[in-house]
Parts: sequence; C-alpha cells; structure tokens
Amino acid sequence: MEKATRDAFGETLLELGKKNDKIVALSADLQDSTKAILFQKEFSDRFVNVGIAEQDLIGIGAGYALEGFIPYVSSFASFITTRPFDMIRMLACYNNINIKIVATHTGVTVGEDGGSAQMLEDIAIMRALPNMVVLCPADAVETEKMVEKIADYNGPVYLRLARAKYPVITDPEKTFEIGKGEILREGNDVTLVGTGLMVSKALEAAEVLASEGIEARVVNMSSIKPIDRDLLVKCAKETGKIITLEEHQVIGGLGGAVCEVLSEEYPVPVKIIGVENRFGQSGKADELLEEYKLDSKSIVEKAKAFIRG
Amino acid sequence: MDIKELQRKSVEIRKDILKVIYEAQSGHPGGSLSAVEILLALYKERMKYDPKNPKWEERDRFIMSKGHATPVLYTVLSEAGFFPKEELAGFRKFGKMLQGHAYRNIPGVELSTGSLGMGLSVGVGMALASNLKKSNYNVFVLMGDGEIQEGSVWEAAMSAGHHKLSNLCAIIDYNKVQENGFVNEIKNLEPLGERWKSFNWNVVEIDGHDFDDIFRALDDFMVEKGRPTVIIANTVKGKGVDFMEYDNNWHGKAPNKDQYLEALLQLDNSKV
Repeated sequence: MEKATRDAFGETLLELGKKNDKIVALSADLQDSTKAILFQKEFSDRFVNVGIAEQDLIGIGAGYALEGFIPYVSSFASFITTRPFDMIRMLACYNNINIKIVATHTGVTVGEDGGSAQMLEDIAIMRALPNMVVLCPADAVETEKMVEKIADYNGPVYLRLARAKYPVITDPEKTFEIGKGEILREGNDVTLVGTGLMVSKALEAAEVLASEGIEARVVNMSSIKPIDRDLLVKCAKETGKIITLEEHQVIGGLGGAVCEVLSEEYPVPVKIIGVENRFGQSGKADELLEEYKLDSKSIVEKAKAFIRG
Repeated sequence: MDIKELQRKSVEIRKDILKVIYEAQSGHPGGSLSAVEILLALYKERMKYDPKNPKWEERDRFIMSKGHATPVLYTVLSEAGFFPKEELAGFRKFGKMLQGHAYRNIPGVELSTGSLGMGLSVGVGMALASNLKKSNYNVFVLMGDGEIQEGSVWEAAMSAGHHKLSNLCAIIDYNKVQENGFVNEIKNLEPLGERWKSFNWNVVEIDGHDFDDIFRALDDFMVEKGRPTVIIANTVKGKGVDFMEYDNNWHGKAPNKDQYLEALLQLDNSKV
C-alpha cells in the first residue's frame, strides 16, 4: 500500500477537528494541495485562508495560539519555512507558543515543479531553533499518529510531509512518541538511520545487502528533534558503523543531528547520505531519486563502499 | 483621572523612562518618550485589565509591536500594578525579569517582540480568535512609524480589512524619526491615512500627545463597526527633552549623567 503523508495529514486533521473544537487550521491558499481543504469543508468557521502571505500566516496562527487555540498552519515547505522564518523564530519559538507548522512538498520527490519547490534545507533550519520539535514521518500511518500526538504536546512543532506517495511500512498498532526512534529491521553489521521516505529506501537497500551477506539494521528516526540519543548510542555500540539517510541536504539535517550525538557520546564512523549541496530540478520522483543517489541501488553501493572502507 | 492629572503622570513616566535607561546605560529613549500619552490613555482610562490576574480572559489585549520601546511599556505596566516599581532597576540586566525587548513572561506583556512588523498579524489572529470565542475583548497594537516599512505589516493590514475586524485597533506612533534619520526621507509613508483607508481601515489622525485627542480616537474605534481602526498618532520623537526631540541619535542611546540631570530638570520645569 502506498499513500502520501499530506493525504494522511488532511484526513487526520479533519478527524481531530471533530474531537477537539480548539483545533483551527490556517492556509496560505494551498489547502487544496496540502489537503487541509478537508478540514475547511467541514469547519469553515475554524479555518482561515490568509491568502498568499506566509508571514501573516504564522502571525495570525500565533494570535490564535495565544488565545488558547491549537493552530495547524500549513503550506508547501518551500514557502512556509524560509519566507516567514523570522516569524517562526520570534513568534513560534521565542514566544514558545502552541503552534503546529505543517510543511508539505519536501524533498526532490516533489518532482515536476522543480528546484524552487523542492525544499531540502528545512530540517537544518528548523532544528536550529530552541523550543522547536522537528518530526518527519516515514509513512502515512505514522503521519496520522503524529498529527494527533502533536495536538497534545504544548509547544511549537515542525511537521515535515511530502507530496509523493510513500509505501506504508510502520505498524498501526505501535504508538508514536516524540523523541523516540524505532528499529524496523534487526542487523548487526551496520545501522541505516533514515527519516521520511528514506526509511523505505533503507529497508529496500537492507534486503539487497542481506542477499550479499551484510545484515543492516534499519532505524526510523522520525523524531529528529528531540532525537533518540539512547537508541543511537545503542546502535553505534552494537553495529559499529552508522549510515544516515534523508531527502535533504547533507549539511545540517538528520546526518548532522546523528553526528552531534555520536561524536560526543560514542564516536563511530558515520556516512551521511542526502542531497550533496545541490538544488533540485524538474523530473519524475524516481528519476530524481536516482539522479541525487537516493534510490536503493545507490544506497547499496554507498553502503558497501562505506562498510569496506 | 482628569486630563491635568494624566499630564502630570506623563511627566512622571518620562522621568521614569529616563531613569531606567540611565541606570541600565542602555535602551531606547526616543520612541519611548513619544508614546507616553498613548500608553497612559490606554492603561489609565480605556483598557480593561486586572493586574492581579494578568491573563484574565476578558481583558483587552495590548501588543507592543515596536518591541524596543520597553522603557515606556515597563514603566506604564508597573504604574498599572502588574509588577513592583523596584523591578525597573533590573531593566536589561542579567538575571532580571525586564528583558531589553518586550518579553512575554513579564506580567502584562502579551507578546515577546523585538523584530519589527509582527505585532499586527498576531493582533489579527487574536481578533479573529475573539470572534470565534464570541468574546468581547479588544486588541490594541502599537507600531512605530519606521516599522510600517516592513512588508508584513501590510499583509496583516490587508487581512484585518478583509475580515472587517472592528475589535482591532492599530496605533501608529508617528514620531517622524527612525534610527538613521527622518522616516519620510528614508522611505516615505505618505499618504499614510489614504494607504490605510484603501485597505478598508477606519483612519483617525490625532495629536498623540493630546489626551483629549487620544480619547476621541479611542471612542471612535469603540463605535466603529465593520472595519478595523488605525489611529495615526502624530508625536515627537524624544518628546519632553529638547536635545532629544526629533534627533535620531537618541533612538537607542542612554544619556550620560549630565544629560540625564539636564533632562530631568527640563521635565520638572515643563508646564502642566
């Protein structure tokens, strides 16, 4: 089964809206694409389309949050992160308010819209902010849990979603906890720590590696900040080497977060797989994953070279 | 309070503003001295609030969007009873409550600010939230004149006009001077009233040092239906101290001892 995390967001937000009348949703005229439109149709009084004005989006959202509501403000990642970054820093984080920033359309899998629309720097930017929680689900099932969970968490959250359909790989029965990672596949030769779509790619790569006699552990690190330090140290101790995988720049993202922990607590060799200091471009999602060496075949090659080296 | 008393209180507040900046040897006198009457009118006469219960749901909201004007904000909040006057001695000092720019953990401060152009959007959100909650509070947002060069102010202005937020009152402290010179030489705001009017705002232009004028404008806001109100308060940057008036060098500078004593003398001798 495959499903886009943005679809899971829209559906879960609607359900959440039925249960909790403090939930409000704000959009900068992209609710048809982010799927917040499902909430808008049911709860028009608790929905605001602020127009194409992302600074205003965060500001108005902050106003609702200060008045006791739980605003889910959503737009494409490329518009909702860098344009209103000052508002996110000041209003969401410095004021430490209860706002949920939902960014769809991250990574090269945005596809045809090209480099301007493919946000690849957001994890680095968002996780640098004090008070900000940064989450990136591995699939639609995990997205549902996160959208619900963050309503109960009092503080700013950045939720990183995508346009592309992801394979469903997580267990609906397991609960999601902020700050916890999860081992999805056991192995003791190396650990692949992925986030978002790259968790699926890591599982695919692990299958291929297994057929060649390399047992790779796969970890879903969907809570990027706070990150699961204990799990990272455990994996470093048990498998020796770590490979991180993200549909994001290799600078400052998940790889950086993992290295920050391991360099202090249990240094082991780390290979960071991501986009290597380039912007995206137009193409189909699969073509782009191949071009940016984020497909499972490229991951297998990089992993083997890293393990041998 | 009658007008005479308010005028006397303005002198006191101005002296307190200079004192906190002098003692901290840091802070923003110009844009604090220009906003004294506006804040006193709000906190002494027009806003609903309870200093013993700063988060009282029915209170009117005040956002200091020009977040550097803390000397006037803190002295007036203290005067209104939100915290003891002794706290003012800790202004801008390590480990003390009164942060350099407006900070939300301080009783009476609704929003931490310090990066310009954000308060109005937040005010729009609070006003929309008031409507959704069916509450009756009003939202006041004080902005600097230089501040409205920020594009985000106009995003918010468009939203407020579109949503017909008659519970939102923006006040522009039009003191004519920003950090590096005269506002209208750096980037002209005029025709300021026309601009706001075209965004569907009720525009009231006043002398921002005249209490009668300020009350008239606030009353106008209270009865206006179907539109937000902006009060364009013509003021004097550095008001009350002749060597600070209209001088951009006093935007963010503390007086030395001689200057401080001279300023106090001028204020003591001002005619009320």
